[in-house]
Amino acid sequence: MSDFPWQSAFEIREQVAGGAVSAVDVTRAYLARAEELNPTLSCFLTVDHEGALAAAAQVDRMRDAGEDLGPLAGVPIALKDNLCTRGVRTTCASQILGDYIPPYDAHVVEALRASGAVILGKTNMDEFAMGSSNENSSFANVHNPWALDRAPGGSSGGSACATAAGLVPLALGSDTGGSVRQPAAFCGITAIKPTYGRVSRYGLVAFASSLDQIGPMARSVREASQLLQVVAGHDRRDATSADRETNDYVAACERGVSGLRVGVVRDLIDGLQDADVRAGVEAALSALEKQGASLVDVSLPHAKHAVSVYYLIATAEASSNLARFDGIRYGLRVPGEDLTETYTRTRAQGFGPEVRRRIMLGTYALSAGYYDAFYLKAQRVRTLIRRDYDTAFESCDVVCTPTTPTPAFALGEKTSNPLDMYLADIFTLPPSLAGLAAISTPCGLSASGLPIGVQLVAPPFEEGSLCSAGQVVEDGCGLLESRPTALD
Amino acid sequence: MADPKITFEQVLHVAKLARLTLSDDEAREMQEQLDAILGYMEGLDELDVSDVPPTFHSIPMDAPMRPDVPQRCSDRAEILEQAPESESGGFSVPLVLEVE
Repeated sequence: MSDFPWQSAFEIREQVAGGAVSAVDVTRAYLARAEELNPTLSCFLTVDHEGALAAAAQVDRMRDAGEDLGPLAGVPIALKDNLCTRGVRTTCASQILGDYIPPYDAHVVEALRASGAVILGKTNMDEFAMGSSNENSSFANVHNPWALDRAPGGSSGGSACATAAGLVPLALGSDTGGSVRQPAAFCGITAIKPTYGRVSRYGLVAFASSLDQIGPMARSVREASQLLQVVAGHDRRDATSADRETNDYVAACERGVSGLRVGVVRDLIDGLQDADVRAGVEAALSALEKQGASLVDVSLPHAKHAVSVYYLIATAEASSNLARFDGIRYGLRVPGEDLTETYTRTRAQGFGPEVRRRIMLGTYALSAGYYDAFYLKAQRVRTLIRRDYDTAFESCDVVCTPTTPTPAFALGEKTSNPLDMYLADIFTLPPSLAGLAAISTPCGLSASGLPIGVQLVAPPFEEGSLCSAGQVVEDGCGLLESRPTALD
Repeated sequence: MADPKITFEQVLHVAKLARLTLSDDEAREMQEQLDAILGYMEGLDELDVSDVPPTFHSIPMDAPMRPDVPQRCSDRAEILEQAPESESGGFSVPLVLEVE
């Protein structure tokens, strides 16, 4: 196997399909690497040796029989642990689902199996996808492979870390307010948050249903685009799934940006405190301009309210979604004297501090006397944020901002102040609230050697523009040739 | 604390609504944290949005209709295997009503 473990998903598939190597051998090699590095990184919660080897053996049998192989045949992939996998523990990194074994596969898992992908295991995350540093996992802290004392970002921190550290070429995460983009930026990889409705959430454990999307993560824009192509599409089991054709996202990577109008949110970029992030975003803009894109100034005057709006809407929806965890049908039960006490004891013991805090905030925002002042008001301001983008897209095709205000912060740096942690999401929240497609891709390293990500946002279902522009950024100032330094 | 956004009593009331039990210490810490968050959210008050319609769905879509076709559902035994307690093919819960 040439270039192990850094070869791309395309290279692995080609080697497997051409018979240069068996899928079982590829899988064994990645399983061994996961065994070796997971004690240091804690990015996997479950490594599924048996299932992975069985899936790989199936790919080898199909190849030997001369059958058509799927686009991800023999390619190892990691799944965030809020995606249901039949027969494999799915915990959401929560004690309340610590032993939960789903009786069915999520839609994206079915799509991956059909594509020949080999599911290596389930990745660590902030409990129920609530967090921006992965420190809300009830099992272990994930470490950033570029600097082990740094956060990998969240909530899909395990998926980002596993991909960046070469434990897998591909991973899936979920993104409610930035949960694939922010960890991708922190770990130096690419992630796409598809348009709301582009990827079916059937089998994704719900956090905030008007925002949740499943997103691909990879070390290159092309691989992320390929993974999007495999999982995108209509599924009637998710009522919000869009009944629209998908595009050829891999082909879009080769399209270039000639004539593409890139909207630059000048005040957000100039207002950055972190000079390294500012320089990274400027480098991305130069790369785009050099390849024929035109830069136009746009503004998002209401983006500054996104933190308030998001943390009211998302917590309100979460308080409702998480009502199902009551110790009756699945998961943990802590018995009490009566039914009510069984509920409250189970939930008090089963949920960690951040999940409890968000359930409290959401319940408060929806409660009698506060609904209009908080929840409804947030939904009205959400309209203003959406209109900002409508206006911006009159003069541009994609909007460019940083993904995060700073490179990866230190583990422990923000855990004592929840509001401080929320404010780190300021750039990823507005496109989520508007349901738009967004990509984060690396655009350089900080002075201290930490990755920096740039975010590009496109109108609904225009993921193809993100693939084209992301590819140009990767070619111009990406980190495809750089390796995480902490593993040397 | 001068004029808190949320009082200790409100925290206990909301915890009850959310079916969470909090110790006094936990409730006090929760009050401080929620107070800071709600204080920050007062920034929304600078906007007059009384005439702005709410966005409950970011991408407009109609509720899709599908043909009503019977299908096999999941296997009962497999589902009950995940239940903390089950009995006679159903979920078992603590006694809710006393029956003579």
